[in-house]
Amino acid sequence: MTITLDAPRLVKTKALLSIRNVSKSYGSVAAVRDVSATAYPGEVLGIVGESGSGKSTLLRMMNLEEIPDCGDYTLDLPEVSGNLFELDRFERRMLCAKRIGIVYQNPHLGLLMDHTSSGNVAERLLVAGERRFGELRARAQEALAASEFPLDRLDDPPRDLSGGMQQRVQLAKAIALEPALLLLDEPTTGLDVSVQALVLDTLKRLQQERQITMVLVSHDLGVIRTLADRVMVMRRGQVVEAGLVDQIFQDPQHPYTQQLVHAKL
Amino acid sequence: MSVVLEVQRLTKGFTMHHLNSHLAAFSDVSFDLHAGEFLLLKGHNGAGKSTLLRTLYRSYLAQSGQALFHSQYGVIDLLRAADVDLALLRRSEIGFVTQFLVARPRVSAEALVAEPLRRAGRDAASAREEARHWLNAFGVKQSLWRAYPTTFSGGEQQKVNLARALILPQKLLLLDEPTASLDAGARAALVARLAELKSNGTAMIGVFHHPDDVAHLIDRVIDLTP
Repeated sequence: MTITLDAPRLVKTKALLSIRNVSKSYGSVAAVRDVSATAYPGEVLGIVGESGSGKSTLLRMMNLEEIPDCGDYTLDLPEVSGNLFELDRFERRMLCAKRIGIVYQNPHLGLLMDHTSSGNVAERLLVAGERRFGELRARAQEALAASEFPLDRLDDPPRDLSGGMQQRVQLAKAIALEPALLLLDEPTTGLDVSVQALVLDTLKRLQQERQITMVLVSHDLGVIRTLADRVMVMRRGQVVEAGLVDQIFQDPQHPYTQQLVHAKL
Repeated sequence: MSVVLEVQRLTKGFTMHHLNSHLAAFSDVSFDLHAGEFLLLKGHNGAGKSTLLRTLYRSYLAQSGQALFHSQYGVIDLLRAADVDLALLRRSEIGFVTQFLVARPRVSAEALVAEPLRRAGRDAASAREEARHWLNAFGVKQSLWRAYPTTFSGGEQQKVNLARALILPQKLLLLDEPTASLDAGARAALVARLAELKSNGTAMIGVFHHPDDVAHLIDRVIDLTP
């Protein structure tokens, strides 16, 4: 038997993100079963698991795109209170626009492919209420520069860009408003290794410089190991194990986690 | 000297589910460690020396026992502390020096070394300045400071690793064969830095294949051979 851990005693700050006991079924399929998660300010929480484990569904709940059958969700932010799953559509949209950024594996989900790249980023600022053209353009540029997007391609539509570039536009859009929470759904899957390294490096730098709290979903254990502080392992809609990233990789406890770690190249 | 760590009846083993078996590492280890004390772990290969260090650092989860750490925030059991509490202690009070550098793609040697200072809240310029000082002290050539250590030789990587691990003075330092693959100059720099940290009150637990280098620092030896 292994020791069970205590609740936090030294860390007095409240978790930025708390999800409690969420479940979601699609017909007879239970996608997420009684999952709870927390992320502390400035922390990177990794979620690993195979396809169909419910990890992306959970992330979409954090972005309020998906409302669970039961459970609640709070963010410890000024002017944000109560169970966020109970917000109406407009309130949800405003909260996501202002406080939460997301990068999808598939850029089509996050970008308007025929608009300019800078326009895609500016759109985010518009939704949040910025109306001055000069300000929009300047802040869109700044966010794209922070994501290491080549500025001579500001006006190219994402349709004409490579996969790695499209991810940068998504990232710029996600960070344009300095979100309190950045959600990443397989942000580097399908990219060349060199481009993957660039995106990871950019994320790491943003995390260190801006202390953005991140939740990162990936089936790539290398990506998780590089970025995450803590990890949750999901299987069939449930969390089978959670811990510090080095502990999960070096001393996995659950049979499924052991399989997963031993299968890594 | 004030006590830093009280380890009582610490037991660790590994359950290997795919083999349906349990492997015992060590059991019922107890000791106290005080500020400025240097404890050497002895025992043949497989006796559980590295495992003990990793269990205290919580890369491994213990089976039973207690490890009370006297942190600036109060006394806490390292074996049971919440993950976020442990992450906090690793940033500020507990260091771990391994034999291997974990390099990241596209991160320069000096940025890697400066990272612990940055995490502790130091500004970028002064952190970089101090990182360079330690790279120099461990004998890494200036032309390599801004290069990516991924492609460095084993010895050069280890120097970067040591500079990074020892840049920020900690209350408790765990050393897992830090002298492996080091040349004489770097070994001397390491021993000098350890002596300096020790005299400033850092408590240390170390595993050394050739403890002669640090013989003059050792206060106590624990033999893990069953």
